[in-house]
Order: sequence, then C-alpha cells, then structure tokens
Amino acid sequence: MTATSPAEVNAIPLRPMGDLLARLGRSAEAILIPLFALVAAAILFSIFLLVLGKSPAQFFSLLWLGGFGTPFSWTNTLVRAGPLIFTALCVAIPARLGMVVIGGEGALVLGGFAAAAIAIPFIGWAPPLVVMPLMAIAAILSGAAWIGLVGVLRHYRGVNETIASLLLFYIAVAIMNFFVEGALRDPGNPNKPSTPTIGKENMVGAIPGLDVHWGLAVAVVLAVLVWVLMNRTTFGFAARITGGNVRAARAQGLPVGRLIVISCALAGACAGLAGYFEVAAIQGRANASIAAGYGFTGILVAFLARQNPLAIIPVAIFLGGITAAGGLIQRRMGMPDATVQVLQGLMFLVLLVSETLYGRIPFLRPRSA
Amino acid sequence: MIDLAVSRRNILKGGAALGALGLGSGILPLRSALAAPLTIGIVYVGPRDDFGWNQAHAVAAEALKSIPGVTVVEEENVPETDAVSKTMESMIQLDGAGLIFATSFGYFDPFMLAMAEKYPDVQFRHAAGLWTDKNPKNAGSYYGYLDQAHYVDGVAAGLATKSNKLGFVAAKPIGTVLLNINAFTLGARKANPNATVQVIFTGEWSMPVREAEAANALVDAGCDVVTCHVDSPKVVIETAESRGVKTCGHNASQAPLAPKGFITGAEYKWITIYSQFADALSKGETLPNFVRGGYDKDYVQNTAYGAGATPEAIKAADAAKADMKALKPIFVGPLKDNAGKEVIAAGTEHAPYDVWLEQTNYLVEGVVGSIT
Amino acid sequence: MNGDSQFSIVLLAMLAGAIRVSTPFLFVSLGECLTEKSGRINLGLEGTLVFGAMTGYAAAYQTGSPWLGVVAAGIAGAVFGAVHGYICKLPKVNDIAVGIALMLFGTGLAFFLGKPYIQPQAPRLPSLPLGAWSDNPQLQTALQINPLFLVGLALALLMWWAFRNTRFGLIVRMTGDSAPAALAMGYSVDLVRFLATTIGGFLAGVGGAFLSLYYPGSWSEGLSSGQGLMAVALVIFARWNPLACFGAALLFGAAGALGPALQSVGVTAGYYFFNAAPYVLTLLIMIASTSPKRALKGAPGELSITK
Repeated sequence: MTATSPAEVNAIPLRPMGDLLARLGRSAEAILIPLFALVAAAILFSIFLLVLGKSPAQFFSLLWLGGFGTPFSWTNTLVRAGPLIFTALCVAIPARLGMVVIGGEGALVLGGFAAAAIAIPFIGWAPPLVVMPLMAIAAILSGAAWIGLVGVLRHYRGVNETIASLLLFYIAVAIMNFFVEGALRDPGNPNKPSTPTIGKENMVGAIPGLDVHWGLAVAVVLAVLVWVLMNRTTFGFAARITGGNVRAARAQGLPVGRLIVISCALAGACAGLAGYFEVAAIQGRANASIAAGYGFTGILVAFLARQNPLAIIPVAIFLGGITAAGGLIQRRMGMPDATVQVLQGLMFLVLLVSETLYGRIPFLRPRSA
Repeated sequence: MIDLAVSRRNILKGGAALGALGLGSGILPLRSALAAPLTIGIVYVGPRDDFGWNQAHAVAAEALKSIPGVTVVEEENVPETDAVSKTMESMIQLDGAGLIFATSFGYFDPFMLAMAEKYPDVQFRHAAGLWTDKNPKNAGSYYGYLDQAHYVDGVAAGLATKSNKLGFVAAKPIGTVLLNINAFTLGARKANPNATVQVIFTGEWSMPVREAEAANALVDAGCDVVTCHVDSPKVVIETAESRGVKTCGHNASQAPLAPKGFITGAEYKWITIYSQFADALSKGETLPNFVRGGYDKDYVQNTAYGAGATPEAIKAADAAKADMKALKPIFVGPLKDNAGKEVIAAGTEHAPYDVWLEQTNYLVEGVVGSIT
Repeated sequence: MNGDSQFSIVLLAMLAGAIRVSTPFLFVSLGECLTEKSGRINLGLEGTLVFGAMTGYAAAYQTGSPWLGVVAAGIAGAVFGAVHGYICKLPKVNDIAVGIALMLFGTGLAFFLGKPYIQPQAPRLPSLPLGAWSDNPQLQTALQINPLFLVGLALALLMWWAFRNTRFGLIVRMTGDSAPAALAMGYSVDLVRFLATTIGGFLAGVGGAFLSLYYPGSWSEGLSSGQGLMAVALVIFARWNPLACFGAALLFGAAGALGPALQSVGVTAGYYFFNAAPYVLTLLIMIASTSPKRALKGAPGELSITK
C-alpha cells in the first residue's frame, strides 16, 4: 500500500494512552522531524545557490536580517504572519477530517469583498461600532458559505474538495471583479476599480506599541480557540474520528455530513476574516489587490505546522519572515522574486518526504509501540 | 572557498547594518535628502523583464545607476498591498534609501502617501498623475501621456486599413486604458471617418492565452489592424502577425516581432524623465513634485514605421506628431460617446494634460464594445 | 449583421478556439489519466506544465529547433513525474500534498530559471493547413492544425485501445483497481505507478511546450493560468477514458474561446463571467458527473481522490 489517503496521514492515532515515554517520543518526533526537514531543505537550497554561483551564507544572513534581524524586520514579518495564520487555519481545520482544501484565497477575496460591499450604505453616517462588526460578520459569513459549499459538494455530491475549492477561487475573483468594475465601482477612482472607501473611522488600527494591525492578535486568539475546539471538545473528537475512518465514524452514528460541512464553514470563516482585515486594516476598500496570495502561502504554513492550530502561529511567523526577507534578497543579491517560491516549494517537498520518518526513528520509538 | 570569503564579507556588512540600526533603535539616521551618496529604491509591480510596463521603467532607470555616488536597489513583483509599504520601509530602514520610485498605480493611495508622512526626510515619486498639493510635500508624481502616441497610431492605422475595422485588445476598462482606446479611435476616424475600433477586454493585465484568443477573435471579426493595451503586448502582436494582419505596438518597441505588418507603436520614453531626475540629483537640486508631459516634452514617442505603414499613413502620422508636439488637443467638442451621449459640448476642448483625461469612463463614438 | 451570422461567428470561433486551446489540456489529461489509472493522483501537473513550457522555449531558443524544445520539455516533465512517483512510493506520504508542493516548486523554478527567456523569440512549431480545401478564410484559419494536436488525438486512441487490449493496459488497470491483486500476480505496484507517473509527467511537459512554442507561442509567467489543474479535473469528468479526455479537452478549449468571441460580436455585459467559463464549467461538470453514493464508473479503486 503506498497511495496513502490524506485521512490516514492527518489523523492522530486513537490508540489508548500509552506510557509517558511513548507520548514523549511522539512529541519529540513532532518537533525533531520538521526541524530536520527544514535543515535538509536549507542544505538542498544551498546547493542550488552554489550551482548558480550565489553565496548561501549571504542568502541566509539576509534572510535573518530581513525577517528577524531588526525591530523593523519583526514588524515586517508580523504584518505578514497575521493573514497567514487565518488562511492556514482554513487548511488545517478541514485537514482534521482528511480533506485538502486549497482554495482559502477565494474565501479571503469574497470575505473582503463582502465586508466592503456591506459597508457601502452605512459609510459616513453610521457609527463605527455598528459598521465594523457588520463588516466582520459579512466577511465571516461569506467566507463560511464559500468553503462550506466545498464541504457540501464533497459530502453530498462526492466532488473532490481540492479541485473544487481551487476552481471556486477563480470564480470568487470573477465575482468580485464583476461588481468592483460594475455596479459597486467607486466613480471617484477611475484607474483602480474599487468599491467606495469605507472611511477612516471604520478602519482597524494598529496594536499599541506595534506597527501591526489588530488582525494579528485576532488571528492568534482564533488559532488558540481552534486548537481548543479540535483537541478539547466533542466536536473536535468526532472530527478526528471521521478523519481517521469515515466508515467507523458512521458506524458510531456520528453525523459525518454535518461535521464536514461545519468544519469547512469554520475554515472559510477564518479565511473570510483574513479578507476582512485586508479591507478594513489595509486597503480601506475592496479591489483586485486583496488577492495577494496569502491563501496559497497559508497552505504551506498549515502543512509545515502539520495541521496543528497552535503550531501554525510560529510557522506563520517563520514564513512571514521569509517573505519579508524576500525583498531584501532581491535587492542585495540581485536574485529574482521567484527565489523565495523555490525555497518554499523545496521546504514543502522535503517536509512531505519527512512524513515517512514518523515512527521509524529507532531512538524515538518506545518499545511498547 | 571563494564563496566563503564573499559570504563572510557580507555577514560583516549585515552585522554593521544591524549595529547601526540597533544604535538608532528605530530613529532614522540623519540624512540630507538629496545630496550624494544617495540610495534610490525602485518598486515594480510585476517582473522587471515583462516586455512591457515594468521593463520600460527598469530599462530607463538604468540611467540613474551611472551617476557617481548613487546606488539603485530594485524590487519586483511587489503587490499593491501593505507589502509595498513594507518594501519601501525596508528600503529606507535596511538599505538607507533617500528616494523611492513607486511605479505602479495602486501604490499611491494609501501606501505611498502613508510612507511619505511617516518618513518626511525621504523623497517619494509615483508614476501616474495623482499627486496634488494636498499630498505630502516629499511625495510627487511623474507621468507620460501615452494617449498622444496612441492617437498617432490611430491616424496611421486609419489609413493603413482596408476593411475599415481596427481591433483593440485591452486589459481592464480603467481610465488610462479607455483614454488610449479613445485617442486611438479619434486618430483613426480623423484620418478615415469610416473606421471603427472594436475592443475586447481580457479582464487581466497578463493572460497570454486569452490575449491570443482576443486577437484571433478580432481578426475573425474582420479587423485588419490590431493594437493593444496589456502589460506585455508580445503575444497580441505575434498572433496578429501570424494571422497576416497589421499591428500597432504599446509600451515598448514591438517592431521586431512583426516584420511584415508592423505600422508603428506607442512607446513611453521614461528615460527622459529619469535622466532629468538624475541630472537634478547630481547637482543636488530638489526634484519637482509634479512632472508630466507627452510629445512636447519627449516623454512619449512612436516606434519607427514598419512595413505595414503605407506612404500616406506615414505622412498623416508625421503631421499628427507635429500636432502633438504643438500641444494641439485631441479631445475637442462636440464629442459623443458610443452610446450617443454627449461627453464634450461643442466649443469646449480638453488640453493635453487636463486631469479630466485620466478620469475617462466612456468610449467615444466609433468604438464597438462596452465598459461593463 | 443579423443574429444568425453572429451566432455562426461565435460558433466558428469556438471551434477554432477548441482546436487551438485544447492541446495542452489534452496532453495533461492523458498523462494524468495514465497516472490515475495506476492508482495515484498527481496534482502537480500544473507545475510540470509551466516548467515544461519554460524548458521547451529555452531549448528551442538555444538549439533553434522547436521539436528539440518539445523533447526537452517532455524530459523535464518526466523528471518531475519521476520525483512525484518516487516520493509517493514512501510510506505515509500523501500524494495530493506532494502534488501541491511540486506545483509550487515547479512554477517557482520555472519563473526563476525562465527570466532570461521572456524576451527572446524562439522558433515556433509549424502548423498543417488542413483547411486548404475550404474557401472560407475563417475556416481555413480554424483548421491550421498543429501536429501535436494530431499526436494527442492518436495518443488518446492508442491509450484507449491499449487499456483494453494489451497486457500493459491490464497491468496498469489492475494496479489502480487493487494493489493486492497486482502484488498477488507478481507485479511491483510501486514500479508500475512510478512509470505511470513519469510518463504522465512527460506528457504534461509536452503540453507545456505547446503553450510556449505554438499557442500563444511565447514564454511568460502568466502563461498557464491554471490549465494544468483544470486538466486534472477534466480526467474525472472524462471518467478515466482517454477518448472522453479528447472530447473534454475540446470542450474546455471552446469554453476558453467563449469570452473573447462573444465580445467580438458585441455581447460585452458580464465578460468576467464568460472569461471564468472554463472554471465554472469544470465545477458544474464535476458536480454533475460525481456521485456520493457509489464509486464512479471507471474510477480506479485505489485512487485517493475518489475515496
């Protein structure tokens, strides 16, 4: 058997709690193996650089400088980490049920668009206390509906969720463009089709002391909440059983369809919130620029974090740092923007290969297992 | 071995930068804005070698690199989100940039404006005609009015067509694109009142398969001259040439791509603006806030005529160039849009650099197509 | 212009578009069909397609021969396929995730290495004037057919025949339907799947070469816009039948031509949706052609995507 289904990979084995050693071994594995994978990816990438006649040491020192080396670098990194946490959650939640959803960008776009659109009749007169929650709710609901639809199609029609969610991304962008360049276009902005601006008073500000908007804080809290939901509640337990073995879940009378749809909707809500912050904290209006690729990098974050909502937080910061440093690397080393993409692809690949090591490293394997 | 030495030096450099910033702890190092040595940061929205908009800038920006004491740092594929704010800030903080060129429309508001307020000692210039005196004084705009060159294209195309049907592949129905379509159409109909221009919008700045399909659809619909306003015109020109129709270029010279059917093309001459900036900088002068121009200031030009240009087309186009250099307005009333509504009343005209032009939200009479 | 002639213009444009645009879909879907028949899914063919397009263009430019470009693209694609095939052989590795990673890596590497080839003009693949018999210039143009299109058609026929009538076809199908059965017969499941994925990658690479060397015939970073992924969806729609893949590829090509064709006859409202037609069509087809109740007819039993 080699064609492993996503369900088998992502499910946490439900064997009875073994001895402490076994648990320790598993936690050590969960940290050591990804670390090992990252080091291996770095080595492979260094070889790539050496072949091109570039200096790996310069590359990695710039990576450090641009992502984490100065207070400004940290700001730059954290600004990018927020949306990545949201979009990674959009991948991680359905992953617990064995689903690979890669269309979070679509929910982000639609969520951002819905937030900007719903604000239009209220701009200028309604208090921010009304408009801001309304925008957030619109973003959450539309994101939830979009990925929820993926869940519905998956469960009730058997449509593959990976491809469906990606197609829905293209459709979401078409929907937004249709309105942004048509009915909802701001006539005062003829050269960048956008919805009307939501107004300064309805914008989300920065976290005090940081040059980073509140989206980051919300994302961190949300990641913790999702972790609690997935690991400490009946819902999460049921989801894990379903992800492990759908037939067994059905046999136990679990509402598999509802679990799938709700998980997808939750996932979409997370990505929708990312869209809300893109509009309410950054752009101030919806336009084609809100599709900046966070949804796709989020996939990588979720897989690097092995779909663990808590691990998503540091991993998002790590990848945010890599993206932040990408610009500096372009400027100092004269390398194309695709450099970071090559590195990310390599990391992703090596990490997936490292999945095969789980349970196979002798000194981490307890004798009881 | 060699690599090790290089990298060690760079680590030291990195460490020095780190140290400097650590000392300042967020406070900017003291810097006189425009005296050499100066680091200039240039931000592009797409790949620098896209055979179009970004490349036109990148090639011209080379002029800056030759100035002694000036270092140029460039970053490509920077999206129009807070990523561009951070890129500019990174150029200022980590590279010590004192002048930043933001070359994409969407960089201006809110991103560049916010950065200009945050860093009053740094100069910011944006490639569009957006700056007004309400905006920060350390910001500004520079822009070339390509509609004048598209008008010349139109004049030549109107006389080079046999079917009287011209085709225009456009990316998105935004002001500057519509302006170019309208100028092209007015030029064509001035030279040939029977000419019409059919527009197909692809909806994306770069979508090669759809651009090729659009060019084919225009040829199938009977157009025998095709031009475009997309980021990279290569595909449209090549497709039209392979279908045996004539072409007009956009952004940069596409003449080599169409040896049989190329008429002429609308080109930016950013080099004029960048070298003016470079001159001012090397003399230690302050850059002007607002720089714009067209044919009269040598900011735009037409590609040398190709095999597709007929003698009468060349003659008329040369006359049109002279008109443009003499600042003769293109948009003169009475002018109707293609739905029959009057957009410019009789007796009114819009001068070549009227802000009204960039607010274009209609298609003139003679254009087949619609914005929505 | 009356309604009838406008309609025929759109129809003719869609026919022409189907022939022009379908070839990459055809090659990727045939490659994916073979891979999936053996019981594995390769979602990374989008990356393979893009990398193939870049390699093909670069090789054609360097050697001056577009056909060498096609071969180079195929080899590059085969390497990507082999990497996928090898990694997925390892226990506990998720083939869908590996596909996504290879998509990211393949496009990234193609963009990285492809920078110097955006500008130069590589020699293009020739076309055959199969419409020379007609007086209608539009029809003549529509029937300017690239040899690769015909190769794809022949390949579809060959695969269709081979799956049913050859030992090779039987082995691939058996591996895809039941690995234990294949093992019991003494065949190496891993080897069969590795080869199927490698050949699948080869075909996707050739599809990429068509994009950069024939239509639209230029290398740029926006070249594919998701065609490799749509082709993967198309295989499900075609129920793993190579002949149906051919029909589906034509349909997708026609859908891609719809937006510009409609605008050329004056139907402009909502062009964003017409342009999104291929994506909407794929989704609708997937909804219509799948079923939650039973396994799809023709679906390989081992395939993770249909479980």
